[in-house]
Amino acid sequence: MKSLVVKVKRFDGSKTWWQEYKVDISSEKISVLDVLIKIKEEQDPTLAVRYSCRMAICGSCGMVINGIPRLACQTLISELGDSKITVEPMWNHEVVKDLVVDLEPDFEKVKAVKPYILRDTKEIYESDVEFGQRPEDLEKYYNFAYCIQCGICMAACPILGSNPKFLGPMALNAAYRWSADSRDRGWNARRAVIDAEDGVWPCHLAYTCSAVCPRGVDPGFSIQLLKSAILRRRARP
Amino acid sequence: MEILKHDLLIIGSGIAGLRAATAAAWASGGKISIAILSKIQAMRSHSLSAEGGMSAVLYPEKTNDSLELHAYDTVKGSDFLADQDAVQVLVEYAPKEVRYLERIGVPWTREPDGRIAQRPFGGMSIPRTTFAADKTGFFIMSTLFSETRRFDNIHVYHEHFVTKFIIENGEFRGVTAYDLKRGEFKFFYAKAGVIATGGAGRLYRFTTTAHSTTGEALAYALREGIAIKDMEFVQWHPTALVPSGILVSEAARGEGGYLINKDGERFMKKYAPQKMELAPRDIVSRAILTECMEGRGFQHESGMCYVGLDLRHLGEEKINKRIPFIRELAHKYAGIDVLSEPIPVRPAVHYTMGGIHTDTWGRVLTADGKWVRGLWAAGEAAAVSVHGANRLGSNSLSECSVWGRLTGEQAAKYILEQPPLSSPDGKVVEIAKKEEARVFDKLLHKEVNAPTPYEVKRQLNDIMEEHFGPFRHGSAMAEGLAKLKKLRDVSSYRVVDSSKVYNQNLKDALEVDGMIDLALVIGIGAYARMESRGAHYRLDYPKRDDVNWLRHTVAYLYGGEIKLTYTPVTITKWQPEERRY
Repeated sequence: MKSLVVKVKRFDGSKTWWQEYKVDISSEKISVLDVLIKIKEEQDPTLAVRYSCRMAICGSCGMVINGIPRLACQTLISELGDSKITVEPMWNHEVVKDLVVDLEPDFEKVKAVKPYILRDTKEIYESDVEFGQRPEDLEKYYNFAYCIQCGICMAACPILGSNPKFLGPMALNAAYRWSADSRDRGWNARRAVIDAEDGVWPCHLAYTCSAVCPRGVDPGFSIQLLKSAILRRRARP
Repeated sequence: MEILKHDLLIIGSGIAGLRAATAAAWASGGKISIAILSKIQAMRSHSLSAEGGMSAVLYPEKTNDSLELHAYDTVKGSDFLADQDAVQVLVEYAPKEVRYLERIGVPWTREPDGRIAQRPFGGMSIPRTTFAADKTGFFIMSTLFSETRRFDNIHVYHEHFVTKFIIENGEFRGVTAYDLKRGEFKFFYAKAGVIATGGAGRLYRFTTTAHSTTGEALAYALREGIAIKDMEFVQWHPTALVPSGILVSEAARGEGGYLINKDGERFMKKYAPQKMELAPRDIVSRAILTECMEGRGFQHESGMCYVGLDLRHLGEEKINKRIPFIRELAHKYAGIDVLSEPIPVRPAVHYTMGGIHTDTWGRVLTADGKWVRGLWAAGEAAAVSVHGANRLGSNSLSECSVWGRLTGEQAAKYILEQPPLSSPDGKVVEIAKKEEARVFDKLLHKEVNAPTPYEVKRQLNDIMEEHFGPFRHGSAMAEGLAKLKKLRDVSSYRVVDSSKVYNQNLKDALEVDGMIDLALVIGIGAYARMESRGAHYRLDYPKRDDVNWLRHTVAYLYGGEIKLTYTPVTITKWQPEERRY
C-alpha cells in the first residue's frame, strides 16, 4: 500500500483554489485517471473530471499533470516517480469546472479548415465506387490522421497563450491531413483559410505541440509542411 | 427550461448516430434540421475503441467470397437466433458502407494494388474484415464526425445527457436533456428520433467498454413503453488485458496470434479443432474460462486467472504494421513487450447482442409489435436482430454503419412527409417541466440517508459478475434476481454536489438509476431462458433447445414490473444445425 498526495486545482464557477487529497493505492501500475476516479467515488463526488475510454483513444482526459499537459489515463503513477501529484486543467482554455475545460472553440477552429474530403459531394453520396488509394499515398497523411482532438497540443502552444485567435496545431494539423489525402481536391479552399494572419504564420516552431501529443501526431511538422506548400506554390501539400 | 426545435434528434454520437446524421442530411437535401445529442463530447463515443475491423464482401470475384457466405457465417455465429431477413440486409449494405466510408476519407489499410485489405476474423470462413490497422473504430468515428462538419443542418450538442424520451399517443415528440456545460435543463421538441446510444458493458465490472457505456437510455426507453429484446445475450470478448479489461483486438488472432495455457499448450484445439483461436467469441471465452477453472491458467497478482495471447512468432514488422495499438496497449497497461512475452488476457464483457426491439428497418417497437411513430434505433442500442445469441467480431461496425444510414434515410423521408414542426402543445411541455423538477429538484438535493450512486453501482457490478456471468445457473440467478430487486427499491441517491454546472455526481446518479432496470431485464430474461445458446450458457441446461427456445425474448414494463413475451425468429434459408468450428 502506498500513499499519494494529489493536489488538484479546482474551480467552481466563481473561485479557484487548490485542494489536497490523500489516496492509498495498492499498485503503482494504475493511471492518474484511476486515482481521480477513486477520489470522486470515495472522497469527493463534487470533483469534475472529463473521461471515458480509459485507453488513450477517446481524448477526454487531457489535463496538466506535474506541469506537463497529458492524458490522465495514459499517465501511470509509476511513470511519475513521485508520491506527490499536481493536477490542473489544461492551459489556454476556459475552465468550466475543476479539471473540465471548454474545448468547443478548438472544435470550431477545426471546422473552419473544412476537415472532410472536398470534391463533388454528389460523387460521395450518390455513387458506389471506391475513390481508391495506393499504400504510398496513404502514408502521406496517415500519421496526421491519428489526432484524437484532446486539445493537449492547444494547451501547450506558447502562441495560443498570447493570441487566442491563432488557429493552432489541432486545426492546422487537420488542414494538412485532409489536403494531403489523395482523394481530396480541397487544397485551394483550405489554403485560403490558413494562409492568413491567424493561420499558419503565427507559429514560430516551438514544437511543444509535437512534444506533448499523446498519439505522436507531430502537428508541428504538419504546420511546416503547410507553410512549405504555400511558399512553394505547390498544387497540393 | 429552454425549448429547442429540430426535425430530427439523434441520441448518441457513435458510428450509428453519426452515420444516421450524414444520411439524413444528404437524403433531405439540407432541408431538415438535425440535432445530435451526446452525453459526452460527440467525437469521444465508445465506437472509437473498436479495433479489429468491419466485415463486408468487397471483391467476391477475387476472393471467392459471397453475400450468401457472409450471411451464413453470421447466422451460424448467432447460434441461429438472428433474423435471417435482417442478416440479408446487413450483408448487402455492408460493402456499400465500406465504400462510402472510403469516399469520406477513412484511411483503410491497402493492398499494394490499392484494394482495401481484409483480414481473417473469428467465425468468418473467409478473410472479409476490412480494417485501418487496429484502430478501425477510431478512424471510422473520427472521419464520420469530421464528415458531419460538412453539413450546416447538423447541429452537435456535446455533453447533453438525455433524461427522458417523450412519447405521446404512440408518437415520438422529443427528449429532455441536462446540458452539463451550461448547467441547464432543456426540452428538445422534434418530429423524429434515432436512438443510437450503444451498449451497457458497465453493468459489469470487468469490461472492455468505456466508462460512459452504461446503457441507461435503454431503461429510459423501457419506461416509455418501448420493448427490449434478447438482452440476456451478453458477449464476453475472449481477450481483454489483465487487470484493466482494456480490449486486445481479435485482430491479434486474425493476424495469427495463439492462445496458450500455463503448460504452453494451444488449448483451443480441444474446443474448436478446425477454427482454433478463430472460433466465435462465445466458444473461445468459455474455453479460456474452462482452462482457468481446471487449473491450467496463469495467476495474476490481482487474483485474476488468465491465459497468454502469444504474438511472438508474428515478427516485429507485421505487428507494427497491422496491430501497433495492441503492442502499445500491452506495453503501457500490462508492462510487457509482445515481441518477447505473451499478453495476459481473459474474457471481459464487451457487447450486448440485445437492445431496443425493432423491426428489420430499425423502427422502434412496443411489446405488441407496434411502431412508435417517428422513432428508430440503430447500432448496439438496437436489436434488429442480426447478431442473435452471439455476434461475430467485425459485424458490429458494419451493423452500426448500415442501420445508421437506413434509419437516417427513413427518418428524413418521414420528416419531409409531415407538416412543418409547430410549437409543442401544453401537454408535452408539462411533461418536460415535470421531468426538470424530477432531475433538478428531487434528485439534486442532499438525501443524507440514501446510498451514493457509486455504492449502488458497486453492488450492481457485484451482482452481475457473480450471478449473471458467462456460466449461469438457475439457482444462482434466482438469488441474483432477489438482490437486484432489492437494489431497485433504492429510489433516491445521495448527490453531494449541489451545483448545476457540470454536476457529474448528478449525471452518475441518473446513469445508475437506469442501469438497475436494465440489469433486471438481463436477469429476468436469462433466468427464464432454459437452454444454452450462443453467449447465454446455463450449467443446468447445457444444450440448445430449438423446440422451445428458438425465439426472441421481448421485455417490457407493465405496472412497474418487467414482463416477458416472445416473438418468433425469422428463418428464410438456414434451419438450425449443430455449430461446429
